[in-house]
Amino acid sequence: MIRIRIIKRKPLPAWAKIVIPIAAIVATLILSAIPILLAGGDLWKSYFYLFYGALGTRFNLLETFVKASPLLLTGLAVAFAFRAKFWNIGAEGQLLAGALIATVLGVHMGNLPRPIVLPLIIVAGFLAGGIWAAIPGILKTKLKVDDVVSTLLLNYVMWHIMGALLFGPLQQPGSSWPRSAAIVNAARYPILLPRSRFHMGILIAFFAVFVIWFINNKTTFGYRSKAVGVNIRAAQFGGINTTSVIVWTALVSGGLAGLAGVGELCAIQYRLIMDISPGYGYTGIVIAMLGNLHPVGVLFSAIFFSVIIVGAQTMSRMTGVPTYIAEVIQGMALMVMLIFLLFMEYRLKVMKK
Amino acid sequence: MIEARQPMVRMSSITKYFLDVTANDKVDFSLYPGEICSLLGENGAGKTTLMNVLFGYYACDEGEIFIKGERADLSSPKDAIARGVGMIHQHFALVPIQTVLENIIIGTDSGKTIFLDLKTARRKLLELEQRFGLEIDPDAHVWTLSVGEQQKVEILKALYRNVDILIMDEPTAVLAPAETDDLFSTLKTLVSEGRSVVFISHKLHEVMDISDRIVVLRGGRVVAERHTAETSTRELANLMVGRDLLEDTTKNQLEPGRPVLEIKQLDVLNDMKLPAIKNLNLVVRQNEILGMAGISGNGQRELSEVLFGMRNPARGAIKINNTPLKFGNPSSAIKLNMARIPEDRMDTGLLMDLSVEENIILEDHASAEFQAYGVMKSKIIHQYADKLIGDYSIATAGRDAITKRLSGGNLQKVMLARELAGNPAVVIAAQPTRGLDVGAMEYIHQRLLQERERGVGILLISEDLDEIFSLSDRIAVIYEGKIMGEVVAKTASREQIGLWMAGVKK
Repeated sequence: MIRIRIIKRKPLPAWAKIVIPIAAIVATLILSAIPILLAGGDLWKSYFYLFYGALGTRFNLLETFVKASPLLLTGLAVAFAFRAKFWNIGAEGQLLAGALIATVLGVHMGNLPRPIVLPLIIVAGFLAGGIWAAIPGILKTKLKVDDVVSTLLLNYVMWHIMGALLFGPLQQPGSSWPRSAAIVNAARYPILLPRSRFHMGILIAFFAVFVIWFINNKTTFGYRSKAVGVNIRAAQFGGINTTSVIVWTALVSGGLAGLAGVGELCAIQYRLIMDISPGYGYTGIVIAMLGNLHPVGVLFSAIFFSVIIVGAQTMSRMTGVPTYIAEVIQGMALMVMLIFLLFMEYRLKVMKK
Repeated sequence: MIEARQPMVRMSSITKYFLDVTANDKVDFSLYPGEICSLLGENGAGKTTLMNVLFGYYACDEGEIFIKGERADLSSPKDAIARGVGMIHQHFALVPIQTVLENIIIGTDSGKTIFLDLKTARRKLLELEQRFGLEIDPDAHVWTLSVGEQQKVEILKALYRNVDILIMDEPTAVLAPAETDDLFSTLKTLVSEGRSVVFISHKLHEVMDISDRIVVLRGGRVVAERHTAETSTRELANLMVGRDLLEDTTKNQLEPGRPVLEIKQLDVLNDMKLPAIKNLNLVVRQNEILGMAGISGNGQRELSEVLFGMRNPARGAIKINNTPLKFGNPSSAIKLNMARIPEDRMDTGLLMDLSVEENIILEDHASAEFQAYGVMKSKIIHQYADKLIGDYSIATAGRDAITKRLSGGNLQKVMLARELAGNPAVVIAAQPTRGLDVGAMEYIHQRLLQERERGVGILLISEDLDEIFSLSDRIAVIYEGKIMGEVVAKTASREQIGLWMAGVKK
């Protein structure tokens, strides 16, 4: 009888950390050929337009960055929380909280100049998302409420709060749609490159990668957060105030998601609508996992996702393969990556009996 | 073999490794019909591992198992149950929101059909309940039952599956005394009908009460086998803990100074809310080692957790260097300069998934020496870690090596390096050498003696009598949460300590 067991493997050399994600993406593209062929697409043509559509022209390339910025922020938000084992499934709601506060301030800011309005909105958006995440953080540490459930459910709470406001006090005067008035010019992110939507929020998102990397690797807070994540009992034994670490981690995590909401509002939509986010908060979970919770990994996986999402539009137009294929590829990428990560730590051993 | 009858179970030359630890080393074990056989030994002696092998939970690396005369290759508990072997672990495998009956039929034929055949199952269950005097309402939800009742459900579950070889892993650890009596009478009924029971325990008086035969394990090996009638708690205590003297520790005569650790009227409850420490008073002074002997499970864990700031006592006061310790707050203990060596170094003491350096700086990472405005001074931290790795001769690939790759002895050295680096005033060392090899053990003993010379007061909690005798200035024995007695080590006899450990007071 032959039995196969999963056993731990010796630690892999450092280059494996680079090679394995690339191999995972290649494997994903090979596997994704199956649904593309099933959808009746010409494989080479489909892949060509997928990448051409995302990277081939100046405008498309910049659009890929535009799309990557909210994904990057929600991905970082989730990765930062997961690292401390705070299971933040609520980036979506925290994003909405950020967008909501930005709307309130952006509509009512009147005549203040941009250098005052924008920083105010950014800080307020960060805090709104942060507080919305800190609530389940406090519930988890003080009352042992499961964070997966509370962060997830608060998404719906925030969505309905937003709905109530958009049908009520925030509704654009004279409109019967659930949408707010447009925000004033001073509240809009500057467009940095002409003839594109490449806005300041993209720089904020890239800067956030550096900030999170710095916090994780260079600060006492990053150290504490990691310690709480690997073994909360030992962290507590070592004198770390685990409650404070979890709540602050939640706050920063939610704040990042809140910034994603601010960006979508102040650079893309300019007014609050019910579908301000097509699920960026949830996609952020996948991106964080795909990036192995590392800020640089998150950067690459957010760009990869963005390429797929933006490129799928062109691919669909040129080959008739539906854009849903983008979501299939995203799901496939996560599964392949998780399997590859598993085999970074374990290997199969065939045992003959 | 003592018996001539055909054994129910014969395990021959069982060896089981976990990575590089040998949990069972060529163990022979037999179980006969109609007997209660106790497996006695310290924590980590290999009792539970051996029985998990018999239950098909672990595959042994070497050795053979025969059940009722037939060779058995067990690849899962299912195989074992099919051969009549059942095991009740310390943590019950019950579904709290289901009823007793539903729990009992899980995985049996009447639980596998699309429509549950509850009627037949209920009849069979009630019959069993009556026959063995285990009265439990089949429709009660498990979460409403007491721990003792849940244990009865586990026993019924085994009987329902026609188990005639029942293994019970420390069944009394969670029970109140009256429930223990109940359990014992149930077990006696079971064996009177020809079934056999294996009773895993480290509690001497229970083992003497319940078993017909006792097998003593130490360090993964069988060290003795006795008929209960022909042995005593004293002999068993010695067999369990008595190791050959490994080292000749010489220590200087020192005059103890002022008290550094004072424990007054301490009451502590365990996780089951039962009293674990009862009105305990202790004083440890400078330049002395107070050895706390006792068989594990007598309150040592709870006491050390209170001292470490990991558990709130029900009553009492603790002073370090004349300053009260804040309870339930590990940083209070750290601030009062207490070095803490917990018995479960891998779960509580160390962050196994982080690097050696990250473990070394755990308690000091926020000090001004290692950070400024929340940014860590990596260079200074590296130097500090490298220095301690050198000072304590920690064998590691480097300060960045992941801690879990270190051997047991080196893990404990990391622990010591972190805890002793701040020149502590008092050291609490709980089972500091358990599971370590001789070299590491000697190193740790020397280190503790150096601290004593330096003027530190040390509370050494240990099950290892040799360790207690070779290091301590005074010896106190803990039994069921109380101090049975205290003596100056030089005048103490092993017999006296052994009696106290067994709960005998003269």
